[in-house]
Amino acid sequence: MTRIKFGEQFFEAENNETVLNTLLRNNMQVPYGCKTGVCQCCLMRSLDNAPPEKSQVGLKDTQQKQNYFLACLCESEDDMTVALLNNETSWLDAEVIEKTDLSTNVILLKIKAKEPLAFIAGQFVNLRRNDGVIRSYSIANSPNSEHELAFHIRILPNGKFSRWVADELTIGMPLSFSHAQGDCHYVAGQNEQPLLLIGTGTGLAPLYGILLDALSTHNHQGEIHLFHGSRDASGLYLEEKLIALTQKYSNFHYTACLSGEVHDKKYTPGRANDIALQNFPNTTGWRVYLCGQPEMVLHSKRAAYLQGASLKEIYADAFLS
Amino acid sequence: MTGITTNATLFEQLGGAAAVDAAVDIFYRKVLADERIDRFFEGVDMEKQAAKQKAFLTMAFGGPNNYNGQDMRNAHAKLVKIGLDDSHFDAVVENLAATLTELGVSEELIKQVAAIAETTRADVLGK
Ligand SMILES: Cc1cc2nc3c(=O)[nH]c(=O)nc-3n(C[C@H](O)[C@H](O)[C@H](O)COP(=O)(O)OP(=O)(O)OC[C@H]3O[C@@H](n4cnc5c(N)ncnc54)[C@H](O)[C@@H]3O)c2cc1C
Ligand code: HEM
Ligand code: FES
Repeated sequence: MTRIKFGEQFFEAENNETVLNTLLRNNMQVPYGCKTGVCQCCLMRSLDNAPPEKSQVGLKDTQQKQNYFLACLCESEDDMTVALLNNETSWLDAEVIEKTDLSTNVILLKIKAKEPLAFIAGQFVNLRRNDGVIRSYSIANSPNSEHELAFHIRILPNGKFSRWVADELTIGMPLSFSHAQGDCHYVAGQNEQPLLLIGTGTGLAPLYGILLDALSTHNHQGEIHLFHGSRDASGLYLEEKLIALTQKYSNFHYTACLSGEVHDKKYTPGRANDIALQNFPNTTGWRVYLCGQPEMVLHSKRAAYLQGASLKEIYADAFLS
Repeated sequence: MTGITTNATLFEQLGGAAAVDAAVDIFYRKVLADERIDRFFEGVDMEKQAAKQKAFLTMAFGGPNNYNGQDMRNAHAKLVKIGLDDSHFDAVVENLAATLTELGVSEELIKQVAAIAETTRADVLGK
């Protein structure tokens, strides 16, 4: 007999019964649509045992790796603890260990988790202030033995959370955060695939994490093109580090784009997404990462897709506020 | 194995859910790039749209689905209000056939798919 744990409750699955039907039979609120594995309305995640392969048909490989599954296709032989996607609300503890200015309005924040944690560079976590204000930030470093997480936080003039980070958060203070989530990260296994990374502002944070993961952890061999966009040069906050990386890795290329006035030849005038997609009119076979302003992400997703990239290989993080 | 598939449904002959997956990327790209109909697909979330395209393809391939005629009317009613007509319907069917041709599906099966799509015309166009 298979047991399904959902929230705090346990349910017995009948023979050949899907997780979706078990939950519905017990009057649980679970979204679903076609019940045939096509619409993906019933997407859930297993928090312990890997779901049957059959229940992961059509999911992105990053989702498969994270034990996402379609409840309507999932006849599990193992007991499972399952969750809806925004239901994983347990918080982890960390301490602030570094806070440095990367530019006039971007701060590098590093926290050290109290316990080991699983994440992939480029995913994001939710940070929570003790009064309950919660914001998402992308992870800009690779997993490490110190359990450290690095973030690039853009300080908005009246930003509730970001201003607090700038003005009040100090080294040594505790901070709680959620499990890493999101599928905007490097995927091992296609070492030769060309990668196109496009980011505006602190959209560079996840891209930098992905880049480090690709180059140093996975020794990626395909060409990697990073386009970073900002209004003015002060926003190109990792310029020196990125140029150093282009010198170290011949397959890595960095283009700094300025949408405002350009006085210096080393910068390309225009929007990062426009320039990137003009430079590469055929994105067939590419893996594309888009991070930053929601309009840029939406627009570029469409363009990258129309220019040939497969929908499943376009990874995007819109920094919705 | 004799390879005789006389009892297989159209959906199975086309390759089932895997065929839908293969077709959706190509089909949706054609639709978005088609100036005759792209305006109907503007400004919507691409992932959600792609999921709906899958629902569309599953239906057209004769696969299992939960839509009835009234659902088809409801789903397209907003579009009919902004001018959806037979010419747009024909364009969608054309893109569908071109997608299947590109995937190497036989003409015989393509005809069957077009015939299924045809049965939804009145409902889709709210006639
Ligand atoms: C998946 C994800 C990942 C993210 N990753 C990062 C990251 O790595 N780094 C990062 O910095 N942010 C990231 N964000 C955005 C972040 O979560 C917050 O939304 C952001 O920091 C603003 O929070 P806040 O409390 O400071 O501002 P809020 O108090 O929430 O204020 C936001 C308000 O600021 C105003 N505003 C917006 N843009 C501007 C602007 N350009 N100038 C002036 N005012 C403006 C708007 O009125 C908006 O309502 C991410 C978001 C998501 C969803
Ligand atoms: C050929 C016959 C057609 C079939 C079988 C069909 C089928 C479907 C299905 C199953 C859905 C999903 C409904 C839902 O779950 O919400 C849908 C949605 C949609 N269809 Fe069609 N369709 C057809 C023709 C067309 C045509 C001709 C157009 C426009 C040119 C069109 C545009 C749309 C749009 C824009 C949506 C999304 C509506 C929304 O987001 O709410 N369809 N269709
Ligand atoms: S209900 Fe449609 S995929 Fe599960």
